[in-house]
Amino acid sequence: MSSTTVIPFGPQHPVLPEPLHIKLVMEDENIVEAIPAIGYVHRGLEKLTETKDFTQNVFIVERVCGICSVMHAMAYCQGIEELMNIEIPDRAKFLRVIWAELHRIHSHLLWLGLLADAFGFESLFMQVWRDREKVMDIMEETAGARVVISANTIGGTRRDLSKEQMIKINLTIDEIKKDLEQVESVFLNNYTVKHRLVGRGILTKAEAQELCTVGPMARASGISMDLRTTGYSAYGKLDFEPVIHNDGDNYARTYVRLKEVYQSIDLIKQAIAKIPEGEHVVPVKGNPPKGEVISRVEQPRGEVLYYLRANGTKNLERLRLRTPTFANIPSLMKMLPGSQLADVPLLILTIDPCISCTER
Amino acid sequence: MFKMMGNIFKNLVSKPATRMYPFVKREPFENSRGHISGCDIDKCIFCGICQRKCPADAIVVDKAEKSWEIDQFRCVICNACTEACPKKCIISSSTHKTSQYNKDTLKVIQAEKPTEGVGKDA
Repeated sequence: MSSTTVIPFGPQHPVLPEPLHIKLVMEDENIVEAIPAIGYVHRGLEKLTETKDFTQNVFIVERVCGICSVMHAMAYCQGIEELMNIEIPDRAKFLRVIWAELHRIHSHLLWLGLLADAFGFESLFMQVWRDREKVMDIMEETAGARVVISANTIGGTRRDLSKEQMIKINLTIDEIKKDLEQVESVFLNNYTVKHRLVGRGILTKAEAQELCTVGPMARASGISMDLRTTGYSAYGKLDFEPVIHNDGDNYARTYVRLKEVYQSIDLIKQAIAKIPEGEHVVPVKGNPPKGEVISRVEQPRGEVLYYLRANGTKNLERLRLRTPTFANIPSLMKMLPGSQLADVPLLILTIDPCISCTER
Repeated sequence: MFKMMGNIFKNLVSKPATRMYPFVKREPFENSRGHISGCDIDKCIFCGICQRKCPADAIVVDKAEKSWEIDQFRCVICNACTEACPKKCIISSSTHKTSQYNKDTLKVIQAEKPTEGVGKDA
């Protein structure tokens, strides 16, 4: 019988965007068990939101995560608007969708670059991130900042998009689509890339359903679940289908996220064509009444769930958020045993870990 | 195997995508939120709305002393103060906030002189 060693996949690792600690119990090169430990970026933001006004909380909630920040603000604002019975104008709903889909494109392009970097393909990483810069420039020009754009507020959006800006957005996303078509075949058809992705880290449909996976991980295992089809905000008026793949391995997840970039480009074009005229914000008076509400939004990593409880004053009594990476960690613990040590960084990267979301 | 060749040749002949910072600086976009450069102290009525709206508690307004100060290290450049000000006297600049050497000199205290009507830096 071979002896076991414990190797720490430490908080600092070149492949991880954020710190996560996993103890890998190994026999020779195969992993027998994996024990996670999180808590390296806990900032106590949920407690902080209890001490600030409900209008100041939008800025705090946006800063929970940098990569998915617009959707956090959108979920919070939708929750408060439902609690206070505010109806936002249609133009604001479409504007929120445009900024959210731009954010989804930037998040998926970031992930594709990190994936290429994880198996050492640095030139592909740089190509994809050069396209991501175009999206960041649009966000700075239209909303004011590159990463945490602060575009949402309670009652609508803070800024409006002019016709010239919308034409410019259309031209830029066409350029991104053309550039991405050139590198798509490298991700999906290259022999060495496929050798590292196909057949590793298989998560079957039954396992994914039992472990409550969300987001592109579930869609890559064949579960057709996309929260945008429930029609919140302006998604009810847009036409799209969730992107699914049936294999459940690393290649399937890469395929799903790559095709979702094309889907987001198409959604932005539809939204820009259908956006109605009107106001972009309604004024908000008073405090949220006593009650509780749950609001759910589809982030790039999956479904995020917000629970808000208000008691009539200007502070909220409790804000709790359950982020998609937190729901995907059990599936990671299921995928790791049985794989080789050299595959571990890639497996952890395919769940798209956003640890700062997981521990607020 | 040679699927990226077209891309590689295009990269070889075109100019680099990076700029030679700090010799070449990028012009900021006009709507971007760079930093809060100060307050037009002659127009300020010291109502304190900006202090209440700031999510980072970076602004302190003193009505008795007629001063408006901002801690630049706490400011997250959300521009909530600029939008909330009834007299629109908070100036937001579009150049990016750079690092500073000294923590005390960042408090911009401007006191208003009622006889002269001209603001001066403390």
